[in-house]
Amino acid sequence: MRALELVRFAMGAIVAHPLRSGLTSLGVVIGVAAVVMMTSIGLGAQKQVTGAISGLGSNLIIVMPNFQRGPVSAGAGAGFSLRDADAEAIEKQVDNVAAVAPSVTSRAQLAADGANWNSRIEGVTPAYMTARDLALASGRMFDEREARQGRKVAVVGATVARELWGEADPVGRRVRIRTVPFEVIGVLESKGQAGFGQDQDDLVLAPLQAVRSRITGRRFGGDTVQTIYVKAIDADTLDRVQEEVTALLRERHRIRQGEDDDFSIQNMASILATMQATVQAFTMFLAAVAAVSLVVGGVGIMNIMLVAVTERTREIGLRMAIGARRSDVLIQFALESVALSLVGGLIGLAIGAGGAVLVAKLANWPAAVPAWAGPLALGFSVTVGLVFGAYPSWRASRLDPIEALRRE
Amino acid sequence: MIEVRDLRKVYVMGEEEVPALAGVTLSIERGEYVAVTGPSGSGKSTLMNILGGLDRPTSGEYRFEGEDVAHFTDDQLADFRRRRIGFVFQSFQLLPRLSALQNVELPMIYAGTAPQERRARAAELLERVGLGSRMGHRPTQLSGGQQQRVAIARSLANRPDLLLADEPTGALDTKTSQDVLELFAELNREGLTLLTVTHDPEVAEQAHRRITFRDGLVVSDERGGVPA
Repeated sequence: MRALELVRFAMGAIVAHPLRSGLTSLGVVIGVAAVVMMTSIGLGAQKQVTGAISGLGSNLIIVMPNFQRGPVSAGAGAGFSLRDADAEAIEKQVDNVAAVAPSVTSRAQLAADGANWNSRIEGVTPAYMTARDLALASGRMFDEREARQGRKVAVVGATVARELWGEADPVGRRVRIRTVPFEVIGVLESKGQAGFGQDQDDLVLAPLQAVRSRITGRRFGGDTVQTIYVKAIDADTLDRVQEEVTALLRERHRIRQGEDDDFSIQNMASILATMQATVQAFTMFLAAVAAVSLVVGGVGIMNIMLVAVTERTREIGLRMAIGARRSDVLIQFALESVALSLVGGLIGLAIGAGGAVLVAKLANWPAAVPAWAGPLALGFSVTVGLVFGAYPSWRASRLDPIEALRRE
Repeated sequence: MIEVRDLRKVYVMGEEEVPALAGVTLSIERGEYVAVTGPSGSGKSTLMNILGGLDRPTSGEYRFEGEDVAHFTDDQLADFRRRRIGFVFQSFQLLPRLSALQNVELPMIYAGTAPQERRARAAELLERVGLGSRMGHRPTQLSGGQQQRVAIARSLANRPDLLLADEPTGALDTKTSQDVLELFAELNREGLTLLTVTHDPEVAEQAHRRITFRDGLVVSDERGGVPA
């Protein structure tokens, strides 16, 4: 008995009832489409998160102050424990550091040439460009000397440039930041959306000293900094740099053993890993829910196969009488069930992949139908067909030919 | 060809044991044309099922060309039916989805005959039973007599040693019954061994040997009639 002939028997039975076969496959179509779509969308989201976080700067460590040690923590960034000297010490004493960039941030109203805009003002040093992987579209960044002197110069992000000056080149123009006039000397290259609804191009960079003395006022007076960005030279040294920075700051802040840090330190790699793990867990959860519909589809196949065995009892008896072995009957019905499921799986794969691409387009995500979606869908549908076709096929093969032939 | 000794078959129905064959001994030679008659429940169908390898006896001996068929496994019985037996049923048992030609091809598919060869043989057999012009017809497009002739062609597909017919004319009118019986007589003349189970005296008349059953036993076994 050739396998090919059994496949033909199975296909013949499926084609004989197109509507019934179609409806039976529908459960698997929906199940496979859902699984493929969920995993693809999840993967797209993961890519999106990865892109957004690495857009903040690679190999980056972020140090922020904690509110002064005490019974109640006010959370990261709430205190004033970091100072210029800390940044300088890190730069001098920690190895494998590519850039150290202290900064303070504030929101402020901008006015220029009759236009208005509210944006984020960051007081930084030139090293900020390296630390955050920023590049200039035109003009220049202020240098160390200008930064030290607190000159009133500014480098604006692409969004700020567009909102205040439209198409015109802002370099050389004046912008008032909270009524304080600054000269625009450069425009940043666009980085695009960060993915958390935050526009990375909506900011103004100015010398740390100038921002502290003119914009943020008393709150960040003197030499306090809000954030220190530390860029390690590569991903391998990231953890060591983080440890050394932690040790150095604890020493400088005279924190005794057993006491909590008065600063928080995070590296982008671990944030990324956490976010990815979250998205992945969410994807798995969605895929698992989708897989439940596959089981429902399988039950539908089992149901219709049981009906088919009952309907075709006489056919089974006849096949046995003319010399079919029980295994021939078993294989014929199992193939029929697998074929039903497989056709559903292929259609589901097409729908799921198409749906994922569509959703990605609508959500402005990178479309990511993984290469293994195909084998996954095929594997799932064949398995469903085999598992849920097993019992009906077995029943068909165990029929007594005499009884079966007598059945009306 | 066939040696049956003290064949018994007991069906268990709930608490009760119903004997269908109560010790049958007989032999059939190659080329014989045998009719088995008897009232319903006399055991004649049970005998046919056992001879055809569809059922196993409870006890007793069944040898076919020396092979111990009574103790065959399921797979051995399937192979035995495929190679040696052709069945003709009262209700034809054609598969409605398949054409006449495909129905006749079916046993050869299980025998592993190459597609071209089996198509040629199926066509030849349909020609032989007088349906050469209806090969592409579905069973529903054929009359009862034509359907039974397709079924006979199918039973001959794998060149069986024994053709078993269970009330082959039971669903046919007189005229078409005659056609089928003539076909049987012709096949027998060509050397095919035939055993038919029937109520119909006319069908039994055709055979060269009539075995009568009652209560699971052979009550008469007479040879005679006219060898055509």
